[in-house]
Amino acid sequence: MTYLAEHPDRVAALLAQHVALVAAALALALLVAIPLGIVAARRARARSAILAVTGAIYTIPSLALLALLVAVLGLGAPTAIVALAAYAQMVLVRGIVAGLHGVDPALVDAARGLGMTRRQALLRVEVPAAMPVVLGGVRVAMVSLIALATIAAWIDAGGLGVLLFEGMRSDNAPKIVAGALAAAALAIVADVALRGAERLAAR
Amino acid sequence: MISSRAPDSPDVAPGARVELRGVGVRYANASAPAVHDVDLTVEPGELAVLLGPSGCGKSTLLRTINRLVEPTSGTVLIDGGDVRDRDPDTLRRTIGYVIQAVGLFPHYTVAQNVGVVPRLLGWDDARTGARVDELLALVRLDPQRYRERRPRELSGGEAQRVGVARALAARPRVLLMDEPFAAVDAIVRASLQEEIARVHSELGTTIVFVTHDVDEALRLADRIVVMNAGRVVQAAEPQTLLEHPADAFVRSLVGVDAETRRLALERPLIER
Repeated sequence: MTYLAEHPDRVAALLAQHVALVAAALALALLVAIPLGIVAARRARARSAILAVTGAIYTIPSLALLALLVAVLGLGAPTAIVALAAYAQMVLVRGIVAGLHGVDPALVDAARGLGMTRRQALLRVEVPAAMPVVLGGVRVAMVSLIALATIAAWIDAGGLGVLLFEGMRSDNAPKIVAGALAAAALAIVADVALRGAERLAAR
Repeated sequence: MISSRAPDSPDVAPGARVELRGVGVRYANASAPAVHDVDLTVEPGELAVLLGPSGCGKSTLLRTINRLVEPTSGTVLIDGGDVRDRDPDTLRRTIGYVIQAVGLFPHYTVAQNVGVVPRLLGWDDARTGARVDELLALVRLDPQRYRERRPRELSGGEAQRVGVARALAARPRVLLMDEPFAAVDAIVRASLQEEIARVHSELGTTIVFVTHDVDEALRLADRIVVMNAGRVVQAAEPQTLLEHPADAFVRSLVGVDAETRRLALERPLIER
């Protein structure tokens, strides 16, 4: 705890960087996963293709994926954000598909039968009804991104991983502990907050 | 002539005529058509019950009226107009639809559920709100108590009352009901049947009602349309059906209790 006590400002700054990385990655990930998930939920053939590709990305070792992306996009935060967003796809898309498939078909029948267009039925009925399950996927994705984002420091993207890498290089255990503790605390806070959101959505 | 009634008062919309002409539905990959060449005219204000065993095509036939199912042959006319000439979503906003599973939207309050179609039609909040209260009163739910409730706080019978109110919200001239009371217990079902008979006589809406329950059909119908294997076997008033079943199928359907059922008909559900 000594490093944390002596350099709270540095830890806080890196924590903020970490939050920004994860937030940007998650936003980008959702932007891609929402349309992918909707298409996958509706079309069986697209679903197997989408789940196969997102599943394959998930199996690539994270360091290898970062290295590959650096070759294309260079060092820095944008590359890390793309890599993190790619990792989150499988969990997010599966959550969206499970959520939409779990919606009571009677709700959709009623919505269409009352004269909602396909889009209105999706946005006003199916999406809200699917939300608790979808948010479950977002929570799992977010917590794993918080852990995964520590390796972003390896390609100069900043975040709490900076403390871990510095600590390893200089054999400074307190530094490593400070980084690990801060990342774990962030993951716990995110988890609790999203569980609350899931409960609200299920009301 | 100037009407003294409020513009949204529930009793200004008389029923429409629904005509099915040679309607057939054949699903892809099915060996036999689900509905075979049905001719049926439901007169304005009539309550016609489609009666038959499960899988006989009655729900499919019902769903051709609001284009949830497109017939593979034949024509559906509402007040003489081919439903295919209308945009399906716009068409459905003018036709009430009640299903067995109710399908109330769980994230909406009772008032928001009842107000779904008015909002689709672009009514303002004041008009929608007034209409919602009027409809809840019509299905005998105190608006003060029920308006802000969520569907999960309702009993099965209350939920289906809300379902009926939602279907009637925009004063449809045709109301389609698909086994609406099959999921509630006998006592609640009897009181819901009474409500629908009363609402029907008050509003004069044309109602097409699907059920597999012979007693329900006999209690509610102006005319019973018996279906089997996708075809109409007999279409007749309840009395006629009991006294002169067209064939062995209808006889077995109304069953050995035909005489008891005929006597029960002499006690009307409500005074009409």
